[in-house]
Amino acid sequence: MPDKDRVKPTEAQLKARRSRSIAIALALIAFVVIVYLGTVLKLGPAVFSRGM
Amino acid sequence: MALVEREHMKEDAGRLSEATAGDFIALLKPRVMSLVVFTAFVGMVLAPANPHPFLALISILAIAVGAGASGALNMWYDADIDAVMARTAGRPVPAGRIAPGEALGFGLFLSAFSVGTLGLMANWLAASLLAFTIFFYVVIYTMWLKRSTAQNIVIGGAAGALPPVVGWAAMTGSVSLESLVLFLIIFLWTPPHFWALALFKEGDYERAGVPMMPNVAGAASTRRQIFAYSVLVAVSGVLPTAMGFASLSYGAVAAALGVAFVWYSWRVLAAKGQDPALRPEKALFGYSVLYLFAIFAALLCDGLVERFGA
Repeated sequence: MPDKDRVKPTEAQLKARRSRSIAIALALIAFVVIVYLGTVLKLGPAVFSRGM
Repeated sequence: MALVEREHMKEDAGRLSEATAGDFIALLKPRVMSLVVFTAFVGMVLAPANPHPFLALISILAIAVGAGASGALNMWYDADIDAVMARTAGRPVPAGRIAPGEALGFGLFLSAFSVGTLGLMANWLAASLLAFTIFFYVVIYTMWLKRSTAQNIVIGGAAGALPPVVGWAAMTGSVSLESLVLFLIIFLWTPPHFWALALFKEGDYERAGVPMMPNVAGAASTRRQIFAYSVLVAVSGVLPTAMGFASLSYGAVAAALGVAFVWYSWRVLAAKGQDPALRPEKALFGYSVLYLFAIFAALLCDGLVERFGA
């Protein structure tokens, strides 16, 4: 790809992207924890019961 | 890979975002969200149920995210009028930091996730009520009523009044008369709150073409209606005691807060806008925010004493 067709993000754009990426990562981790703990608390020991 | 991470095609250059995580948080209208969380939490505490605290916390989170999603969808749709009002021109979409499509996608995504999470972790009645609240705020209020009738915030106020009902439903799986009284307090509080704001921001709404009551019916009529609604707010505030689900102490606090509300609105009515700085209107607006927090804080204390007290 020729150089003239590419553009480098500015420092501000890179900084903003980093901030968004961190926020998405934290939100995903929080969501996984919430779903895991919520499932265990809601179903209790039944979460491990499954038909053979 | 390096191309994707460090460099972009030129045609995309104009779309490289400088929006930070903070801008996306601003889309959620955190101040409105805090009021939603608080009133929903009070609904949950007053509800006669004892779910696991963590499941209650997830319900509050889901309601908060649902409220934030409506805020994002509202900012997506209203970007044109937000741009011409001084109060809202700095919001992420009109300021150009977030593209309208991003706000739309963000709002829809959070709506779906909040409703789904509440349904799975609490119950589907609460999730349906949350979905209805988002729908009512975005479609009925923002897209339809806001630009077409002076009764916009009267009817639209139902969306802001629903969170305690959603909270109650999340805990009990039902909707009761008690939760509807909480709804009524916020519903009746909304017109005097927003019309006081509209009286001292009349020019803003006029420029944006939003038919708020002062622009349509005139300031004098708005002042009379504010007073009438304030009396109704004061009466609705003591209903929990009158109906027997709050104590006499709460009733006394609510009555005092209600009398002060009527007094502030009386000052607005009596001043007839003669104060060039519109201080009575600003004072009523400030007090109305305090009133709602105080009345729900009083209900919360009452509920906690009932639940854990001697």
